[in-house]
Amino acid sequence: MTALLSVRGLASGYGSVPVLDGLSFELDPGERIGVLGPNGGGKTTLFKALLGILPLLAGQIDSAGRFGYVPQTERSRLDYPVSALDVALMGALSRIAWWQPPGRTERRNAQTALTRVGLGDQSDEQFGELSGGQRQRVLVARALVQDGPVLLLDEPFTGVDQPSAELLDRLLDGLAAEGRGVLIATHDLEQARRWDRVLCLNRRQIAFGPPEQVLTRAVLEETYGGEIVTLPSGSGEQVGILPPHHH
Amino acid sequence: MAHALADPWTQGFVQRAFLELALLGIVGSALGCWVLFYELSYGAESLAHSLFPGLVLAALAGIPLVLGAAGGVLVAAAAIAVFGRTPEIGRDTAIAVVITTLFGLGVLLALAPASPPGLNELLFGDLLGVSGTDLAIAAGLSVIVLTSLVLLHRQLLAVGFDRANAVTFGARPVLVDLALLGLLAAAIVIGVQGLGNLLVLAVLVGPAATARVVASRLLPMMCLAAVIAITCGAGGLYLSYYAETAGGASVAGITLAVYLGVRLGAAAQASVARRFLANSRKRARSSSPGPSGGSLA
Repeated sequence: MTALLSVRGLASGYGSVPVLDGLSFELDPGERIGVLGPNGGGKTTLFKALLGILPLLAGQIDSAGRFGYVPQTERSRLDYPVSALDVALMGALSRIAWWQPPGRTERRNAQTALTRVGLGDQSDEQFGELSGGQRQRVLVARALVQDGPVLLLDEPFTGVDQPSAELLDRLLDGLAAEGRGVLIATHDLEQARRWDRVLCLNRRQIAFGPPEQVLTRAVLEETYGGEIVTLPSGSGEQVGILPPHHH
Repeated sequence: MAHALADPWTQGFVQRAFLELALLGIVGSALGCWVLFYELSYGAESLAHSLFPGLVLAALAGIPLVLGAAGGVLVAAAAIAVFGRTPEIGRDTAIAVVITTLFGLGVLLALAPASPPGLNELLFGDLLGVSGTDLAIAAGLSVIVLTSLVLLHRQLLAVGFDRANAVTFGARPVLVDLALLGLLAAAIVIGVQGLGNLLVLAVLVGPAATARVVASRLLPMMCLAAVIAITCGAGGLYLSYYAETAGGASVAGITLAVYLGVRLGAAAQASVARRFLANSRKRARSSSPGPSGGSLA
């Protein structure tokens, strides 16, 4: 099977000093990879390096096509005059000339993407007036309109209500079933255990592999340092991490 | 009363002044909404001042003002880029120093004894002296600015929504920034004849800011801003006609007074709504039976 994304020896950062160094992993079709790491550990840096927003200081990235990208929703503006459909349509910008308005095909794609994230009836609503979970789903719809074989989602479950989280979870499963590759930055260990592989980062690659092999106490301690806690569970001791601090 | 209302419009110079204000109102409102969402109000003010020597030199040389404005913008942008890169000066200081210097230079040229009279109109405008040629140039520039805004609409929307990630989605922040700079310079040229370099910003920012208080969607906001700008323009002309005040200053004054009025009105309305909500909650609490029961019947 040819990998959708192959990364070898990646180093990237702001300026010439790498924030993230020594990353090597691949993403196969139909695979969901959880990217785990503390705040400042390099999850967003990895995504921005893959997208070409940050420079590649070393290594090589081979990808099968363009990426669909879902940035962290807490950075979006709420007083801005855009509808959900306007935001979804932004995913089509790279396929049309800068002066061209989106055509019927682009509008239909955007509407389909909104329907897929459960917001088909709310496409005309103002983005800022939607709930946090709904806004996150609109950003996922925009990534679907980008229509890349690989999707990068930066903490899509942070600050999202339960119905939106369940819908997103099902959507990720559906995208993988279609043969797309999905990279998901997350703080939720339980969720990461259900995905196909896990990439643990803390300014460098700590581990990469199937969750049952990778998510050991030793790896998590190295990834999260002091933020790690032990949770009692039915089948014995289980390791978890403290909720992330957002500044 | 009807006679007093109709009287000014029999004068050709009032009709031309109104057409100039209407053009500036429509262009300024469409562009002004973007200026607000891109948080460029202060930048636009600085731009207006920095291209002033360009306008004066163009007037002195007898070439179209729009060429002078373009030259002025290029010189200011280059000076800010050069001085802003010097670490011991810093970008913020560089902008302040470059703009004040350029504006001072422009004023010096405009008010020099050797300069022909009338150049000070570039500072304060001469609304009632707008000529047919001025109107034709303003109309041409208005068509260019409005067409550009239509063509750039999706790009403006995407870059303003999420500048940090805009490139990922195929948007072009550099194109959008340069286009906004150019369109602002064109709008300033449209307004400078009527309102002058010092007051043109009132019509670029005032009506859009007023409309933003009441409208949350872009197209209604732009249309409302244009209606406000044109109404304030007419109001300013009446004031100027009957109170014999300066035309440009009257329009700018009324535009900003309307903004303050609407802003205060919205604040008062929000305060009344909050009090009403608090009272109705209190009533709901007192009328519902408490945990120990409240009914004697």
